[in-house]
Amino acid sequence: MIISIASGKGGTGKTTISVNLALSVQPSVYIDCDVEEPNGHILLKPEITSQKEITKKMPAVDLNKCTFCGKCSELCEFNAIVVMKSDVMFFEDLCHSCGVCSNFCPERAIYETERSFGEIRKGHIKSESVSFIDGTVKVGEMHGAQLIKHVRKEIKPDSINIIDAPPGTSCSMVAAVNGTDFCILVTESTPFGLNDLKLAVQVVRSLGIPFGIIINKYDENFTELDSYCSSGNIPVLLKIPFDRKIAEHYSRGIPPVQVRPELKEDFRQVYKTVNSIMQARCTPDEKR
Amino acid sequence: MTINPSIKQLLILSGKGGTGKTTIAAAFSKLAGRSVVADCDVDAADLFILLKPEVKEKTEFHGGKKAVINQDLCSRCEFCLQSCRFDAIVDYSVDEVLCEGCGFCFRICPSNAIEFNKNLSGHLFDCRIPENREFLYAKLLPGEGNSGKLVTELKKKASAYCTQKEKEWLIIDGPPGIGCPVNASLSGVDAVLLVTEPTLSGLHDLKRIVRLVQSFKVYTAVVINKHDINKEVAEQIENYLHQENISLAGKISFDEKVVTALQQEKSILEYPENIAAQEILTIWNSLQTIRIKI
Repeated sequence: MIISIASGKGGTGKTTISVNLALSVQPSVYIDCDVEEPNGHILLKPEITSQKEITKKMPAVDLNKCTFCGKCSELCEFNAIVVMKSDVMFFEDLCHSCGVCSNFCPERAIYETERSFGEIRKGHIKSESVSFIDGTVKVGEMHGAQLIKHVRKEIKPDSINIIDAPPGTSCSMVAAVNGTDFCILVTESTPFGLNDLKLAVQVVRSLGIPFGIIINKYDENFTELDSYCSSGNIPVLLKIPFDRKIAEHYSRGIPPVQVRPELKEDFRQVYKTVNSIMQARCTPDEKR
Repeated sequence: MTINPSIKQLLILSGKGGTGKTTIAAAFSKLAGRSVVADCDVDAADLFILLKPEVKEKTEFHGGKKAVINQDLCSRCEFCLQSCRFDAIVDYSVDEVLCEGCGFCFRICPSNAIEFNKNLSGHLFDCRIPENREFLYAKLLPGEGNSGKLVTELKKKASAYCTQKEKEWLIIDGPPGIGCPVNASLSGVDAVLLVTEPTLSGLHDLKRIVRLVQSFKVYTAVVINKHDINKEVAEQIENYLHQENISLAGKISFDEKVVTALQQEKSILEYPENIAAQEILTIWNSLQTIRIKI
């Protein structure tokens, strides 16, 4: 089972929800796919047992073979290559490591090298049955989505996997959410939260992933959010009212369920609801 | 294009999402009289909600291409499958979510069965806000890539307006994170205002965005939003800034009125008696003195 936690808008509480859920439904695996700004480790304080660099392929040129014909530059869809009179420049930020330039070079003058662009850490949480995985892209590296694909290879399919996704609705968010069994979208009771929720809903719907909502910093006075969910038949899994205490604990890196253990029951209920939604989606044949 | 040196581009970033970039950007766009405003958070653009702009023009944005396999011509040779680095070929067709538009399959296919066409990936909105000012924002279609390219397009348009109309400021609301749209929004700006919050996550993310911004060698200042949520961490942030020789532009108090204002789709400045509004005003005024130096 793989549950992804995403949001559209940043700062709505994805990491807090993911961490709390992972702590409440043990044994579980927490996977931080917000590789640009991973924060799960701050709350979970894992003991790291392994760490590995992740590389990507980068083109390089053998100037002895190159005739400066410009074919590579012409074929590169990402404008990552400039061919000059006696040199070739590769813009690493723009390169997608697709292999077109090296494969189609008429002189076979382009070869590929491996370059480290991030790391993956694995570990576990002390005295809990929670495994920990996170990915961190190097500052200045552009291709976070590529690292997310590597991080997801570490998923343990037999466990409950909780993926903490990056904010937004673009390629990185899709890389984290695509192919997961269920997506929990975290929003807040503001017009920004609602607007970005609608965008995120479009993404998960187009990916065909069943989903539900958790409203964090819930405020019943902002009725637009409730009416959006009820009119679109979107299940609201949990409403968490704003609580300055929770915010203060978060600021110190303490997960709410550790100070208010009764919250664990709420998160277990969320997990149960997720399960029943997924079962209801199965056809009668599959159920049998 | 040469950019008039009297126009200052101010970019608001944060690393961590939800720290208050858009609230501050909305306030600054009211305060900066002769200005153009641009929202570069093309994934989840929200500034338009507060600015309530009048859309003058909506243009299509084609960020890249996507491959499509014509099943009538496909000979099932699987050359495409072997060449695709993105695992985007599934059952002799292209998964458009996974396809990054490199064209490898299109070029390698011996049966010419693959079409490779431009793909609509978003829209650009050219708008007016009060005092006949320009406001630009863009929306990436959900799930699309190429957000960096869209940001570059948006900024090109915004800078052109600044030059044409002899503006003083270009106020840019940036995206969260430290990835491609952030890099694209950083190029060519005169000053960056980083909005952080006094949480360990806020500090962690601040350090990463500072490293990125420093590589651009641009004037940088920091605002600590909701500073009184955790005064200890706020102090840690101040110490860190001191070490790194980065100036603190100001602190904003946790103020429930900010949320109320937002829920009513209003700028916090419409509640001038409130502490957060006054603090934002002070920060803006301090940026006016910095203006001469950048």
